[in-house]
Amino acid sequence: MAQVIYDHVTKRFDGVIAVNDLTLEVKDGEFLVLVGPSGCGKTTALRCLAGLEEVSSGDIIIGDRVVTHIPPKDRDIAMVFQNYALYPHMTVYENMAFGLKLRKMPKQEIDRRVKEVAEMLGIQDLLNRKPRQLSGGQRQRVALGRAIVREPQVFLMDEPLSNLDAKLRVQTRGELIKLQRRLGVTTIYVTHDQVEAMTMGHRIAVMNQGVLQQLDTPENLYDHPANLFVATFIGSPAMNIFPARVVTGEGAVRLVAGDVTLESPAEQRGRLAEYANREVLVGIRPEDLIVQPGQVGEDRHLRLPVEIVEPLGSETLVHLRGPVGTLIAKADPHVHFSPGELASVRVKIEHLHAFDPQTELALF
Amino acid sequence: MVGSNRLSSRLVLLYLPLALFTIFLLFPFYWMLIISLKPNNLLLNMKINPLYLTQFTLDHYRYLLSNTDFPRWALNTAIVTFGATFLSLTSSILMGYALGRFRFRGGNVAGTAIFLAYLIPPTLLFIPLSQVVARFGLYNTYWALIFTYPTFLIPFASWLLMGYFRTIPRELEECAMIDGASRFQAMWRIILPLALPGVLSAGIFSFTLSWNEFLYALVFMGSGEMKTIPVGTVSDLIRADLFQWGPLMAAAMLGSVPVAIAYMFFVDQYVSGLTAGAVKG
Amino acid sequence: MTTAPAGTVRQVMSFRLRDRVRHWLDSEPVLAYLFMSPGWLILLLFMSYPFFLGIWISLTDRTVGLPSGEFVGLRNYTELFRDRTFHLTVINTFIYGFVTVPFKLFLGLLLALLLNQAFPMRNVLRAALLLPWIVPTALSSLAWLMLYDAVLSPFSWLLKNWGLIESNIAFLGTRTNAIISLCIANIWRGTPFFAVAILAGLQAVPQELHEAAAIEGANRVQRFFAVTLPVIKGIVVITTLFSIIWTFADFQLVYVLTKGGPANSTHIFGTYAWQIGIGGAGKLGIGAAISLYMFPVLAVLSAILLRYVRSQEA
Ligand SMILES: Nc1ncnc2c1ncn2[C@@H]1O[C@H](COP(=O)(O)OP(=O)(O)O)[C@@H](O)[C@H]1O
Ligand SMILES: [Mg+2]
Repeated sequence: MAQVIYDHVTKRFDGVIAVNDLTLEVKDGEFLVLVGPSGCGKTTALRCLAGLEEVSSGDIIIGDRVVTHIPPKDRDIAMVFQNYALYPHMTVYENMAFGLKLRKMPKQEIDRRVKEVAEMLGIQDLLNRKPRQLSGGQRQRVALGRAIVREPQVFLMDEPLSNLDAKLRVQTRGELIKLQRRLGVTTIYVTHDQVEAMTMGHRIAVMNQGVLQQLDTPENLYDHPANLFVATFIGSPAMNIFPARVVTGEGAVRLVAGDVTLESPAEQRGRLAEYANREVLVGIRPEDLIVQPGQVGEDRHLRLPVEIVEPLGSETLVHLRGPVGTLIAKADPHVHFSPGELASVRVKIEHLHAFDPQTELALF
Repeated sequence: MVGSNRLSSRLVLLYLPLALFTIFLLFPFYWMLIISLKPNNLLLNMKINPLYLTQFTLDHYRYLLSNTDFPRWALNTAIVTFGATFLSLTSSILMGYALGRFRFRGGNVAGTAIFLAYLIPPTLLFIPLSQVVARFGLYNTYWALIFTYPTFLIPFASWLLMGYFRTIPRELEECAMIDGASRFQAMWRIILPLALPGVLSAGIFSFTLSWNEFLYALVFMGSGEMKTIPVGTVSDLIRADLFQWGPLMAAAMLGSVPVAIAYMFFVDQYVSGLTAGAVKG
Repeated sequence: MTTAPAGTVRQVMSFRLRDRVRHWLDSEPVLAYLFMSPGWLILLLFMSYPFFLGIWISLTDRTVGLPSGEFVGLRNYTELFRDRTFHLTVINTFIYGFVTVPFKLFLGLLLALLLNQAFPMRNVLRAALLLPWIVPTALSSLAWLMLYDAVLSPFSWLLKNWGLIESNIAFLGTRTNAIISLCIANIWRGTPFFAVAILAGLQAVPQELHEAAAIEGANRVQRFFAVTLPVIKGIVVITTLFSIIWTFADFQLVYVLTKGGPANSTHIFGTYAWQIGIGGAGKLGIGAAISLYMFPVLAVLSAILLRYVRSQEA
């Protein structure tokens, strides 16, 4: 078990900068999720850590060793690949024992470890099968088991659940979390699925176009996104974003978007006042728009027409025609909305976000 | 009615043409076999039907094995074949691996060059090559063929193996290297076992091509007792237009048997090699 | 002043150097060149070098007895222009290389279509019918030599027996007869190669396509042209080009059956180059020139083949 440090790591492929000046510290025993859209450099970052790609500049530290120029086999890590990469010509047992044999571990010790881990994962009956005789879920477990028997300092996982069907994915997600908490091995987990990221990680690192956007706990990432990208990438449906003009006067600071005027949150007045008479991007999460059908509600509530209603069972998504573009709100599934009618909308002002339109950094 | 109709149409459209093809393609072998077993007095008797064997004898085989250099030619052929196959296979595994799996500048050019090398026929090179062989002091030694056969074996086998290596996912090797294998261990224990069908194809092909080669063997080892089976049979058993047909056909049979056997055991590898190497590219 | 002991510094540096060398050796381009080197070394020594040496030799009057030789420019090439045997050689090679191909292609395609049907012992027959391509050509040509024998030919015997001819046919006795005989033996050897290659292509034709075409009412022949042919076209073209190249540059069959005779009228490039350069007079210069006359044709065919293979890959 060990900490992992990316120290200003950059990886260039001819022409493309896949990872750009990544600095990141993963604590000992931590489950860190690396998330971002497809092509943002997650896999490349992981492969640099594994030693499968040479970094263009910067250093990588595992434990207290600088491993930047050490070959993969000496880094004491284990990796679970997206397609599992099980050796097709070896049985499950041989697959799991391969790494231990290479380390010249005594036979009985290998046998003990393989059986113990197989039991832990419930694959003890599959040990004599070849990979092609296994189902997708079983293969996934074998790949996991092969990593666990090695007892490495760090687990690397590259979208290990993406080849499973939806139900199995959710189930395995839970098992993986339990397993990691139990083994306590530092784990770096790559996914493009923000739900996986939110549910699995102690902390989440969000990447975009090779650049680390934010590294924080799931709660902080959700409540305090550092910039527009993180704000819209995390959360489903995505945060509503619309431009608004900052108007000051009469001791108040207001945000004006079309014919709608919102009061600034009290504690953010000072920050917003700096943008007086300029535009900012305002963000509000769907659950922070409280909607009710019809004209009920107080005067300061907005009245917005309903465009589409999406009942999801546990909640209903209401698409409203906002002052600038569509706003999506989460509503109680038991309340009925009809397209074309007006809805009364209360904005939870205290949960408002604002972003600088040029830098896209969060003002609050 | 329908059944007999279909049967007769199958007879005309399938079995009859197949029978004609079989006769056309296998008749020379049948002829080779019966002549090699036919006593001399019957051979030259034009009265009787030459297509049947009414008596048979192993005299021709006995004569071939005891009164000619055939056993020595067989030994020469075997040595050269195994030497050239081994050398070609090892170089081709490495070459195919490099071309199929490594990203490097010039990779495409090297692949194209290998393909073109495959198209250069021995008849284009044998005269200057005889001078090169002589200059290196290899003339009339096994090395003359062990080093020159690879010029047509390596391009073919590398091309075939390159295709095989490309089909093996990269992750397997990478996973092995993370699991603690060096690059060579990963190659040896993961990639090579998975490429075994390809290696077998390349090997069986190299074996038959070496065994069958004629021109280089004729030019570089065509004198004395260093001849190979095809060369020895053609040049020593035909003396001044005096054909000893019996021993000649016996030699043709015995010289064909090893490749025929090797081929029968590995038909599928051979066919996949033929189609991968010759057809896909 | 406090400085680190000199030894420590050097140790650190040498460690780094060794690490770097190991590291460098493990990089993909370096390994790639390392892995390719044995193969390329052999090809350079025994293929590239003789190729260029051959061009040089063809510009000299080098003989087996006089290995140095004098530079004579293009004289070897121009003298061949006036050599009647060489004229025949060129004609023969084109007949042998190109005229046999349509036959091999047609018979091979037919055989492949037959072998693609289901019938008992199909695999055994497929294996057996490839034999002409597998066994040493020099040896199978000996069987043909006897089949074509002026006295013992079973063909002559059969035809006489059926009363179709009076006296034995001189299969190899005249130029025309000999060339036809050579072509038949060549077709015999090459047909199985076409058949097996095309069969592999046929097995890649999706069955659903046939079924879909059958449902739309296409008969066998229409289905062949609409469904089968487009799929196997690539294989057919590539196989044909390979076959032309190999036949064009053949040696064994002609060497064994006629040795270029009668009266040097059936040589192809390979056998004539051998006779002039090695066999008879040992005139290496002219022999090399004869071989090199093949090069333009081979180069054009190779270029077409390469372009075609590339386009198939993409
Ligand atoms: N071997 C490579 N050669 C060239 N470009 C590459 C290579 N691997 C990845 N890239 C590029 O680097 C970027 C990041 O890729 P990757 O790390 O696979 O993204 P992710 O895993 O986040 O989807 C992409 O633009 C991709 O095209
Ligand atoms: Mg990826």
